[in-house]
Amino acid sequence: MSLSLHNVISQAEQIIVGKPLQIRLAVTCLLSRGHLLIEDLPGVGKTTLAHVLARTLGLQFQRIQFTSDLLPADILGVSVYQRASGEQTTGVFKFHPGPIFAQMILADEINRATPKAQSALLEAMEEQQVTIEGVTHELPTPFFVIATQNPAYQIGTFPLPESQLDRFLMRIQMGYPDAQAERGLLSGIDRREIVSQLNPQVESSELLTLQKRARAVFVSPALLDYVQAILLHTRESARYTHGLSPRAGLALLSAARAWAVLDERDAVIPEDVQAVLPGVVSHRLQAAGEYAKQNSDALVHELLEAVAIP
Amino acid sequence: MSKSLNYGLLLSILMVVAPHAEHLTVWVSILCGVLLVWRTYLNYSSRPQPKKWLLMLITFAGTGGVAMSFHTLFGREVGVTLLMLLATLKLMELRSERDAMAVIYLALFIIITNFFYSQSIPTALYMLATLFVVTVTWIQLHGQNIPFKPRLRTAAILLLQAIPLTLILFILFPRVQGPLWGLPQDAYSTSGLDDRMSPGSLSRLSLSEAVAFRVSYKNNPPLREQMYWRGPVMWYFDGRTWTTGKTTGQLTAPQLTNLDQSIDYTVTLEPHNKTWLFALDIPEKVSLPATLSYDFRLYSKKPVNARIRYEARSNLGYRANLQESGLHIERALQIPTQFNPKAQKLAAGWKASSASDAEIIQAALSYFSQQGFKYTLEPPPLGTNGIDDFIFETKQGFCEHYASAFVFLMRVANVPARVVTGYLGGEFNDIGNYYIVRQSDAHAWAEVWLKGQGWVRVDPTGVIAPARIQSGLSAAVSNNAALPFMARNPPQWLRNLSLNWDALSNQWNQWVLGYDNERQFAFLTRLGMESVTWQKMAMNMAAGLVILVALFALFMLRHLFVRMRNDKVQVAWLKLCKKLSKSGIPRAAHEGALDYAARVGTARPELAESLHDLAIRYSALRYGKAQGEQAIREFLQRISAVKT
Repeated sequence: MSLSLHNVISQAEQIIVGKPLQIRLAVTCLLSRGHLLIEDLPGVGKTTLAHVLARTLGLQFQRIQFTSDLLPADILGVSVYQRASGEQTTGVFKFHPGPIFAQMILADEINRATPKAQSALLEAMEEQQVTIEGVTHELPTPFFVIATQNPAYQIGTFPLPESQLDRFLMRIQMGYPDAQAERGLLSGIDRREIVSQLNPQVESSELLTLQKRARAVFVSPALLDYVQAILLHTRESARYTHGLSPRAGLALLSAARAWAVLDERDAVIPEDVQAVLPGVVSHRLQAAGEYAKQNSDALVHELLEAVAIP
Repeated sequence: MSKSLNYGLLLSILMVVAPHAEHLTVWVSILCGVLLVWRTYLNYSSRPQPKKWLLMLITFAGTGGVAMSFHTLFGREVGVTLLMLLATLKLMELRSERDAMAVIYLALFIIITNFFYSQSIPTALYMLATLFVVTVTWIQLHGQNIPFKPRLRTAAILLLQAIPLTLILFILFPRVQGPLWGLPQDAYSTSGLDDRMSPGSLSRLSLSEAVAFRVSYKNNPPLREQMYWRGPVMWYFDGRTWTTGKTTGQLTAPQLTNLDQSIDYTVTLEPHNKTWLFALDIPEKVSLPATLSYDFRLYSKKPVNARIRYEARSNLGYRANLQESGLHIERALQIPTQFNPKAQKLAAGWKASSASDAEIIQAALSYFSQQGFKYTLEPPPLGTNGIDDFIFETKQGFCEHYASAFVFLMRVANVPARVVTGYLGGEFNDIGNYYIVRQSDAHAWAEVWLKGQGWVRVDPTGVIAPARIQSGLSAAVSNNAALPFMARNPPQWLRNLSLNWDALSNQWNQWVLGYDNERQFAFLTRLGMESVTWQKMAMNMAAGLVILVALFALFMLRHLFVRMRNDKVQVAWLKLCKKLSKSGIPRAAHEGALDYAARVGTARPELAESLHDLAIRYSALRYGKAQGEQAIREFLQRISAVKT
C-alpha cells in the first residue's frame, strides 16, 4: 500500500475506533471510482467517517442534508437573474452551483428526501456532470459520494428502489462499536475537534494516479472463472429472487482490483474478491421464498461458502 | 418455427427430390410438386399447416397408390418413391424442432439415394451443393440468431473440415469384391447393341451420343479401318429381322491360325446389361473371366451392370476356322425363300456366271458401288420384300441395310455368310490419350466363309461410303442434321471442351467410381503399405480417423495449453492441501490460498512461515501475469520441501 494511503487509513482508524474493515472498504470504493452507501442507525459514526476521509484525503467537502422538502435545485444549483448594472446593459441569468460541485459529497439520510431529489443526486453521480437549462457543467474529479441512509423500516423514509441502489458500488453497515472501542469513545475528547485538526495525507493528483493503477490490475482467466462461478450461482440458486447482473460482476471486479492495490498486489486473487463481496453484492441480492427472512449478511455469507475457488 | 427456417427446409427437400422427378412415377412427381408449392404458399401467407386427418389421408392414399403402381412395397424403386413422398409430406407438419430435425436427416439420407441413378460428376457436384444447403439449414435450426452470411461461412467450414475425413474413409474403407449389395438388373437402362437387328435399329442407335466404352492402346493404335469391335453375330434371318439364332449340337472352340499384328489395349466398358464384351477382331486373351464363342464373340457369365475395366490382346491378322463344321455352314446359308424373289434371282445370276466365291463377292460389291446406292441415316421405309425394295427401288440405306442385303445375296449364291454387329472406329481424345467409342459408332458388317481362308470380313458399307470406315460417321453422311451434335463437326473449342470433359469423366470413372479392391490394393501398395489386407486397412482407417479428430480437437482446445503449464502449480498446491487436510485442517472449497495458509499457520505455527510464502507464490503464479519456468520450478521445489 502506498504510504500515503496507509496514513489515511491509520488516521481514520484512530478516530473511528474498531471499524478497520469499513474504513478499508470505503477507501477501496474511492479507489475504484465508485460511490458508497452507508446504511445504519443514526449516531454510529457514518458522518464522522465521511468527514475523516474528506479531511485526510484533502478533498473539497460538501454535506447535503436530505429532508423531505429538499428540491433538486438545492442539490444541483440554480440560475438567478441579474439585473442590468454598470457596464452590462441587459440582465442575464447567472448559474450558482449547488453543493454537488465538490470532490466529496456526504449525502446524509438520502432516504428521507423525495424520489425527485434522490434521482437528481443519483443522475449526477452516474454521469459525473450536471445539465441545467441546457448547459452542461462538469463535476470536479475525483468525485466521490458517500450517502447514508437509515434502515428502511424507520418512519418518514422513501426507500431507494433497487435500480438506484445499483448506482452505488458498495453498501456497508457500520454496526455498533464493541465494548472496548465504545469505552474509549465515551471517555475521550470530542471527535469533531480532532477531525477539524486533521491534515491532508494525499494530493488529489496522487489519488487520480492510484485510481488509474487500480484499473490496470491484472485479472487472470482463473480468477474470471471464479467470478463467473459466483455470478452463475446467484442465477441458479433458489435463494435469490434474481441473479447478479453483468454490471454487478464488473463492479465486483473493479472493487477487487482496488482492494488488491491496497494490498500492493498487481493481480487480483480470490481473497480480494471475497473481501469486497459483501459490500458489493449485499444490496444487489434479495432473498427469495423461504429464505426471505434471512438478513443480507447471511445471504452473502452463504454465497461465499457455496462457490468453490476453481 | 420461423418462416425463413421453413424456407430452408423447403429448399433442402426440393433440392434432394428434384433429380428424382425424372424417374419417379409421374403422379408421384406431380403430387410431390403440388405438396411443395402448397407448403410454400402456406409459409408465404402465414396460414396454418393442414389438419392432421388430411395429412393422414394423403399419406395413406399415397402409400396405397405406390403399392398399386408397383404391385409391391419392397424394392429399391418403391423405397425411393415412398421416401420422396414421405419426405415431402413431413414438410406439412413442421411443429417442433424435432420435426425440422427429421426433415434434415431425411434430406441427408435422400442425397445418397440419388447415386442409385447417376454417379456422374455433375450429380456429385449437385449433391455437394445440396449438402451445403442442408447444412446451412441445419445450422439455422440450432442457431436461429446467426445471421445469413456467418451461417454460410460456418457451413462451408464444416464441409471443408469434412474433406480429410472423407478422403481417409474413401481411400481406406475396405472394398469388397463386387458390389456390397446386388443392385437389381434394372440398375442401368442404357441403350446399346441388341441381339437382333432390323432395318433402322442401328441408325436409331447412331443418334445416341452415349459412350459405349473407352479404349486406351498400350502402344500405337491400329489403323482406323482395323478398329472393328465385335458385338453380337447374327445368323438367322426371317426376311426382315436378323437374330443370333439358336445353336444346336456340339459347339467347337474357334481355331485361330496365322496370328499376326498383336495389339494390347485396355477397355473401360460402360454397363449395358448384356453379357458381351467388346474386343478388336480377333481377341487372344482378356484379363477378365470371359469366353470366346465359336463365332469369336467375347462374353462374360454375368451381364455387365456396372462399369468394368479389362485389358485385352488382339491379333489384327488372323485365319479363323479354316475348317468349319457342317452345322455352322448350314446355318450360314439359311434364307427365308418366300421373300425377296428379285434379289434371289439377281444372286442366282451371279452364282451362275462366277467361277469362285470370291468372284461372287466382287460382283455384289461392284453392284452396290455402280448402281447409285446412297448412304443415309434416314432411308425410306421398306415393304414386305425389304431387300428387293432396297436393292431395286430405294437404294438408300444405313450400314444395317447393306450388311443385311449383302449377306442375303451371299447366302442365295451359296456363299456361307453372317451379319456381325459392333462398333467401328471411335473418337481420339488427345487430352487423355484414349479413344471414346460412342453408340453413334455402332456398325454392322458381313463375314463370309471362304475355303482356305476361313471367315473373312467384308464390309459393304466401305464400298458405298468409304469415309465411314476411314474417318467416321459425320464424314459419310451428307445430311448430318439428325446426328448427335458432337458426332457432327463441332467448332474446335467446343470439341476441345468436350474432350477435356470426357477425359475428366474418364479419370472420375477410373479413380473414384472404379476404385475397387484391386485398385485400392494397388494404390496402397504404391503408398508403401506392405501386404495389404482388409483388417490392416480397417485398422489404418480407424487410426487415421482418430488422429484426424484428435488434431481437430487439439486445434480447438489450443487455448487450454496455456493454462496447462500453470496446472502443474495447481496440482501441486491441491496435493499439499490434501496432505494438510489429512493432518486435521481441511481446506474449505471456497477458501483462498492466503486465508488457508493463515488458518493452518495459527493451528500449526511451525508451518506458518513456509505456508504463507507458498500461498503468496501460488497466488502469484495462478492469478498473476505469466511468469517464467524458473518461478514455477522454485514453487514446486519449495512445496515438495514442506513436511506435513
